[in-house]
Amino acid sequence: MANRFVYMDYNATTPLHPEVKRAMIEDFEIFANASSMHEAGRRAYARVEEARASVARLIGAPDPSCVYFTSGGSESNNTVFNTMYDLGRKRDEKGRLRNKIITTAIEHPCVLRSAEHLRDEGFPVVFLKVDKDGRIDMEELERELDPSRSAGGPTLLVSVMAANNEIGTIEDIARVAALAKARGAFVHTDATQAAGKIPVDVEAWGVDYLTLSCHKIYGPKGIGGLYVRKGAPIDPLVRGGHQEKGVRAGTYNNQGILGFGEAARLALAELPDYEKRVRALRNRLRDGFLARVPHIRVNGHPTFVLPNTLDVSFPGAEGESILLSLDMEGIEVSTGSACASGSLEPSHVLMATGVGPELAHGSIRFSLGRLTTEEDVDYVLEKLPPIIERLRRISTVSSACPDETPAIKK
Amino acid sequence: MSDAFQWLYSDIVKEHFTNPKNVFNPDEKFEADAEGVVGNIKCGDQMMFLLKIKDDKIEDVRWKTYGCASAIASTSMLSEVIKGMPLREAYGIKPNDIAKKLGGLPDNKIHCSVLGDKALRAAIDSWLEKQGRAGEFAGEAATVICHCLNITDKDIEEAVKAGAKTWEELQEATKIGTVCGGCKPKAEELLHEFVHIYGK
Repeated sequence: MANRFVYMDYNATTPLHPEVKRAMIEDFEIFANASSMHEAGRRAYARVEEARASVARLIGAPDPSCVYFTSGGSESNNTVFNTMYDLGRKRDEKGRLRNKIITTAIEHPCVLRSAEHLRDEGFPVVFLKVDKDGRIDMEELERELDPSRSAGGPTLLVSVMAANNEIGTIEDIARVAALAKARGAFVHTDATQAAGKIPVDVEAWGVDYLTLSCHKIYGPKGIGGLYVRKGAPIDPLVRGGHQEKGVRAGTYNNQGILGFGEAARLALAELPDYEKRVRALRNRLRDGFLARVPHIRVNGHPTFVLPNTLDVSFPGAEGESILLSLDMEGIEVSTGSACASGSLEPSHVLMATGVGPELAHGSIRFSLGRLTTEEDVDYVLEKLPPIIERLRRISTVSSACPDETPAIKK
Repeated sequence: MSDAFQWLYSDIVKEHFTNPKNVFNPDEKFEADAEGVVGNIKCGDQMMFLLKIKDDKIEDVRWKTYGCASAIASTSMLSEVIKGMPLREAYGIKPNDIAKKLGGLPDNKIHCSVLGDKALRAAIDSWLEKQGRAGEFAGEAATVICHCLNITDKDIEEAVKAGAKTWEELQEATKIGTVCGGCKPKAEELLHEFVHIYGK
């Protein structure tokens, strides 16, 4: 057993903020159905609405009624794409369709699969490429939005993630939205990884839809949010209830929602300090790796990157081997290697940035959080270099050790 | 606390992953008679075997592997198993033999252990070729039929020997064709062949 535990997988999920936990335990007494008319129900509903206002504040939404509670980021994303399914099949008075979907190659699988589903249903779907740092090309977006310069007709939806979960690259959502709006398209952004890590502002960005997940911001799992700009169309994915104005059926998840409200309140309050402190730790980790481990590549954009996310490729060493070796030292991270995913394909995000399979297989994501300390960073900096050295010694991949190619007896 | 909670793999895998045996060290001047390299970085694993061969026996062995923990452990275990082994016998080793010796591998990890024996055979083949004995052991090698679960013709043969006669019984015994099913025509053909040979 390792004598120290260092959790650096905050992009996967976060521990409950102690204040969220305290608030949720206190609120566990609130069992009433928030849809009930009696006093207990009304009391519960009032708390749901407080939470809604708190989530709205986190994303700069002036009107809390634009925030809908869902079961999480995947459901929110699916709800948006499901809405497009209905919209994209309706012809206007002149019999024309507007059904082109533009998204990116580096979205979360729940967006990619949703987009592919629409493509299977006959919608023209475009997956924008990204550059080596993971940013989309605005000129390509403009071209795809212009029916005279690209196939597929007028665009119905542009969906671009605010920040990438693996490499942390931040996209210019305000610019994406401006371009899309100029062509009459709806704009969605998956802000699951951005919220609580960088300022998120639906007004400044100008988006129609924005996806949130609670467990990435030190709240409970199983609860998320979807912002829908007033007037933007939205169809329920889960039908059969009047909750959330009929947009999302199902009895209110009181504790989840209250926890989300508290987590959002704290995330907003702690954001300025978090950004500064965590980015300093991330950069300390990055600089330490660069100084101590030869032949590595830091993935993601050098500046437009989440303050907590550091994705590094260690050529010559394979990701799962690195991950498990770190795990034995009590360090918890994730990898873009195929071997860890159970599939044979390495990270689609890294492959989209063009790093090539070897660097993708040898990638490790260190995602830091509000509990990460300087000592944690230094512990990782102490433990990682010998692990890479050992795995590279075993490895056949000569790029890591060009002088050690074995000679065969003639 | 279950083993799965403690670690993804068996203790034997862990031991061979953390303390792999017979790894090639460039400082030790290992004079190999044969070398075999298989795999592809694109797929996330690559293996190399170096052999010293005397009197048709593997006198000593070294290896290198780029891959996950199960790939490293499989190669290490294989290198231990074949030391001192007659070439012909080593040539016939199947991935499942190694997986068993490792105390089992998770289903989705079986494919990580297939490269070791292929690299070993590549080394032996290259040596045979140099001796003017190319193809001498061809009959000993197992061919992978089900690539999803890495089940070989030898596995099918053994399942039939143990009593499997129908496709369902073969699946019961080997789990063959339970992932993509693409191997079914070839596997059924072999099943009929082996039932013909071994069936009563």
